[in-house]
Amino acid sequence: MAVLIDKNTRLMVQGITGREGTFHAKAAAAYGTTVVGGVTPGKGGTTHEGWPVFNTVAECMAATGANASVIFVPPAGGADAILEAADAGLPLAVCITEGIPTLDMLRAFAAIRGGKTRVIGPNCPGLITAGQAKAGIIPGHICKEGRVGIVSKSGTLTYEAIHQLTKLGLGQTTCIGIGGDPLIGTSFIDALSLFAADPQTEAVVMIGEIGGNAEQDAAVWIQRHFRKPVVGFIAGQTAPPGRRMGHAGAIIAGGKGTAAEKMEALASAGVRVVKSPADIGSAVERLLKPNS
Amino acid sequence: MKIHEYQAKAILAKHGVPVPRGEVVFDPADAAAVAARLGGTVVVKAQIHAGGRGKGGGVKVVKGPDEAAAAARQMIGMNLVTYQTGPAGQKVRRVLIEQGLRIERELYLGLVLDRASERLVLMVSSEGGVEIEKVAEESPEKIFKAFIHPGIGLSAFQTRKLAFALGLRGTQVAQAGKMMTALYGAFVATDASLLEINPLIVTEDGNLLALDAKMNFDDNALFRHPELKELRDTSEEDPLEVEASKFSLNYIKLDGTVGCMVNGAGLAMATMDIIKLAGGEPANFLDVGGGANAEQIRNAFRILTADKAVRAVLINIFGGILRCDILAEGVIAAVRELGVSVPIVIRMEGTNVEKGKQMLQESGLNFETADDMSEAASRVVSAARGVSA
Repeated sequence: MAVLIDKNTRLMVQGITGREGTFHAKAAAAYGTTVVGGVTPGKGGTTHEGWPVFNTVAECMAATGANASVIFVPPAGGADAILEAADAGLPLAVCITEGIPTLDMLRAFAAIRGGKTRVIGPNCPGLITAGQAKAGIIPGHICKEGRVGIVSKSGTLTYEAIHQLTKLGLGQTTCIGIGGDPLIGTSFIDALSLFAADPQTEAVVMIGEIGGNAEQDAAVWIQRHFRKPVVGFIAGQTAPPGRRMGHAGAIIAGGKGTAAEKMEALASAGVRVVKSPADIGSAVERLLKPNS
Repeated sequence: MKIHEYQAKAILAKHGVPVPRGEVVFDPADAAAVAARLGGTVVVKAQIHAGGRGKGGGVKVVKGPDEAAAAARQMIGMNLVTYQTGPAGQKVRRVLIEQGLRIERELYLGLVLDRASERLVLMVSSEGGVEIEKVAEESPEKIFKAFIHPGIGLSAFQTRKLAFALGLRGTQVAQAGKMMTALYGAFVATDASLLEINPLIVTEDGNLLALDAKMNFDDNALFRHPELKELRDTSEEDPLEVEASKFSLNYIKLDGTVGCMVNGAGLAMATMDIIKLAGGEPANFLDVGGGANAEQIRNAFRILTADKAVRAVLINIFGGILRCDILAEGVIAAVRELGVSVPIVIRMEGTNVEKGKQMLQESGLNFETADDMSEAASRVVSAARGVSA
């Protein structure tokens, strides 16, 4: 079970001959993911670390039966890589690239929304299904097959939550890094609705941060539709207004998008909101063992 | 990236947006000549990267060259305090001198990204000259919006709807349409992230002009706009932030005493939060990135310890790709080389953590290590207070 990727995933890598692409293709394969090949325009017909390289995504898909792509290309080509994955009809495109211009993503999403490609990211650590497969940069060895889904805007904070859940023996189903940019392919609500339909996922950890309204929208949706326990954390409780905190989307603008307003929205929707990132795992444990 | 008002107006003028005639001066001695060229009443406006200048004495309407020179002399070199600068204020280094105009109406126009609809949204309001956030709060019915499809661009009907909603009539509707189209064109051409005309004025003789202009740009797109990069004014930024940006370190200076060095933006924010929860105040936000090497760690230490308010440092690293032993090696080398004198608390987790901890212990340097974030935070806060934990 779990969501989005599993043992049946056939992963291709856009930018497979680059340093990052190579490193993470190997790490994904070492974790047990079926990596089938990749794309580097101009290097089609060659092999790289034993994998076939193609000039286009469509060629790679046709030849290898790839059903998901992970994108490691430079920012100037990031939106283009996503558009190519969508044009080829890949069901899943996970874009790790950080630093893609916002207007590029604005145009790309306008073109592909409503199509059949689900985009994760950009500017995200990707996703991992514990014990099965990974697409992205989340370290596999900290994960453990288990009961909790994670959806998060932040990379290292996701690792932190994974680590706590593993230490407590709760483990994870799928961990989804949705990314810290203002425009992203998969929202909190999208990820939560996937977890809602997954019987193996018993609880969800949701990690947000300052900026935008996605956490508040998710709170409204959770209250109406989501029946599994949720633990929430919002990074940036001490962030000053008007400053961009590392992630392009992490900015309190015009007094809006503060951690306080997000935490309040989530708490009033029944989410167990923790103030300290060190308390994420133990809060999940308490929710899953209501009698102890 | 932010730029000055006069720079924004120059960009807008190039894209066909009507702006008042004016020139920027860096030296008060040049002000009189500019005022004489413009003739009649002129406005002297302090150029800093913050709003609310009028209330702080940064905008003066004066008659003629002598008064313009006097106003420029008064402003250049002064510390202008507005609600956006904080109590320390911002030093004025240049002023814009513009023709005075007879104003009939003050309107508002803004262009920003709306994340939820994934569209740029053009907002206008009849309440110009005040903060738009205040209008949104108190009388949201006075704000009118057009959502723009990036493939189609701003349509003529959208500009007409907004113009009529503002109560514009006759030739002003066409003028407004032309101006909105030009503003949208400028936004897209420069990869802006925010464009605000507040106020957009209607003059007594019926013309529309951008009386003020604020433009911010998408840092991620600056690589394709070398001409914009040159407009950066580092004297408007914190010197340590400027220094950090040279090493691609994501650093933001804050007011507290606990310096922090973290990998990843989310974890860096969370580290600031947990310091606050432990009763301390973070001195900065610093994300050294996922692939931080020894060189980056040394640079980060240099920036952190250059901040004299820092009493203790917390290093919080989750080593996924970055191995803890590599981190430990970098930290030990940097501390030896730079002779860091403040207490350092290190919390690391992840790949090769045992080896990393052993290296820190055997270094003979004065590190404290902690196993989890809460413990690390309370230790570093005690250390910053000069109390041993």
